Amino acid sequence: MRVVLAEDLFLLRDGLVRLLAAHDFEIVAAVESGPELDRALAELKPDVAVVDVRLPPTHTDEGLQCALRARRERPGLPVLVLSQHVEQLYARELLADGTGAVGYLLKDRVFDAGQFVDAVRRVAAGGTAMDPQVIQQLLSRRAADAHPLGRLTPRELEVLELMAQGRSNAAIAGQLVVTERAIAKHTSNIFAKLGLEVSDDDNRRVLAVLAHLDRGR
Amino acid sequence: MTTDTQGGAVRARARDAALAAVRGLVLAVAMLPVTVLCLTLTLVSLALVPIGVGVVTTPWILGGVRDVADTRRRLAADWGGVPITSAYRPVPAGANPWRRTLTMLGDRQVRRDLVWLPVDMTAGFVTALLPAVLCLYPFEGFAVAAGLWRVLADGRTYWYGFVPVTDQPTALAAAATASVLLVAAYHLAPRLLTAHFRLTRAFLGADRRELAERVRVLTETRRDAVDTSASELRRIERDLHDGAQARLVAMGMDLGTVETLLDKDPAQARLLLGQARRNSVEALEELRGLVRGIHPPVLAERGLGDAVRALALRLPLPSEVSVELPGRADAPVESAAYFAVSEVLTNAVKHSGADRLWVDLHHAGGTLRITVTDNGGGGAVVGAGSGLAGVERRLGTFDGVLAVSSPVGGPTLVTMELPCALS
Repeated sequence: MRVVLAEDLFLLRDGLVRLLAAHDFEIVAAVESGPELDRALAELKPDVAVVDVRLPPTHTDEGLQCALRARRERPGLPVLVLSQHVEQLYARELLADGTGAVGYLLKDRVFDAGQFVDAVRRVAAGGTAMDPQVIQQLLSRRAADAHPLGRLTPRELEVLELMAQGRSNAAIAGQLVVTERAIAKHTSNIFAKLGLEVSDDDNRRVLAVLAHLDRGR
Repeated sequence: MTTDTQGGAVRARARDAALAAVRGLVLAVAMLPVTVLCLTLTLVSLALVPIGVGVVTTPWILGGVRDVADTRRRLAADWGGVPITSAYRPVPAGANPWRRTLTMLGDRQVRRDLVWLPVDMTAGFVTALLPAVLCLYPFEGFAVAAGLWRVLADGRTYWYGFVPVTDQPTALAAAATASVLLVAAYHLAPRLLTAHFRLTRAFLGADRRELAERVRVLTETRRDAVDTSASELRRIERDLHDGAQARLVAMGMDLGTVETLLDKDPAQARLLLGQARRNSVEALEELRGLVRGIHPPVLAERGLGDAVRALALRLPLPSEVSVELPGRADAPVESAAYFAVSEVLTNAVKHSGADRLWVDLHHAGGTLRITVTDNGGGGAVVGAGSGLAGVERRLGTFDGVLAVSSPVGGPTLVTMELPCALS
């Protein structure tokens, strides 16, 4: 799988290159600034881009802007955005086009190499990987108002949280140590309670849930 | 096409004149009782100082006078485009009534407010009323010419202005005068209202002679700013020392132990490795919180508008944010504005009992104006121990001001203004 990596701090870039190479990714470019990233994305046509939000020359949200720009030109271009902090505002912008194939994670998530690599693969395959912090913020806020979310059982909330992060039923089942059948049952309950249409497509399901949680604010 | 634009200009001008008349009327009619009441209460309260009652009431009443004066300053800026600056001396938080009375009476701005009251109820009243009179009086002239003279001048002379009306021809002369007056109103009404606001500024504004006062205010706000930043630094130092730093030390110790245990007890080593990793995650989390408190990343990356949007998304209440900022302010101003909004929002969430919040940011006439509204129970005050006093201090460093309107029963409207240029 061909990866373009953009990260301005040498230590982190180096670490990420080694981590991804160790998991059989091919790093076609590891760049350190916005303009370089623009070029790499346009010329190298990677399978997935792993991008730091803050990049030179502006040291603002250059990386995020590059990613959004590239996705406007190539809708559905898989991009995993990494950051020292996560903001719902940015998550919303990444999800806005509704095509999926986006990830938005705290840099700390790299510590768990297995889960991180899994997220990169999921995004490359057109799926979603949202940081648990983003999801928790969405859920905590929802829990505060009179919302159908209040009708979910604690277990269903747990499943919803993992589902919104972009995990598949199999992955959720693995994490909660139950059968996939049980998860499928929870999922259909959740969708019924939230009034959402059930979809067999994992990716569409995640996007529907995220859109539902983000709605009306 | 030309006539169209001309017609449009005439209509716009007529609208301006009518608007000036209505506003003048509102100022004259609605404000007169208020200023009379203010002056009466102040005089009574001051008379009661010797018997002690006045000491308690005076700060309240002078505060009320200040609110009235501030309203007029705001109206002058909004309606007449005449910005009026003020330089009130801050009243020390938690001071006793006696000290508050003395501080307020010693404040030159407060004394100017008091002088303004009688001026406003006389000269101010007349200048405010004039545009309305100019606009409305001509219509009486027309009515007289149309036949009203038969009723008014029934057997005697009715004076329309300086025209004695006795019959139809003289009534027509009245109408001619009325036309002249209407033309005058068309041209002069907005200017007359501006003249009223200029008069207000002459009495309510802080003038050049008060530069010394200004220096004193600056010295005070600077001391506040230095105090605030020193205590902020102390807090950050303490947080780093007890938080992230301690966790890194623990991590280092764990890793050292892992090194020695690696061969002897791999299971125990693995346990410690997990613990070290957890510590690193926690340390990062704490650092993130700290960074957010020093200078939020979104603010650095996106500027004030998006930073406030991101802030609103973190609130446990639904909120609406509207932003109209054509550029970015200087970093220190942005930061002050951000933390002010943050504090006001936190206050609203904690104390107002609201279930919805509105934030509006816009920049006009060299001023950044931020309003935060909630639909809660009201009753918020800027005073000792309230978060709003801190906000006032924070904004004061940049000559910003804070106004709170929070009647019991709500809603609460907090307005903050910061003079600044956008780039």
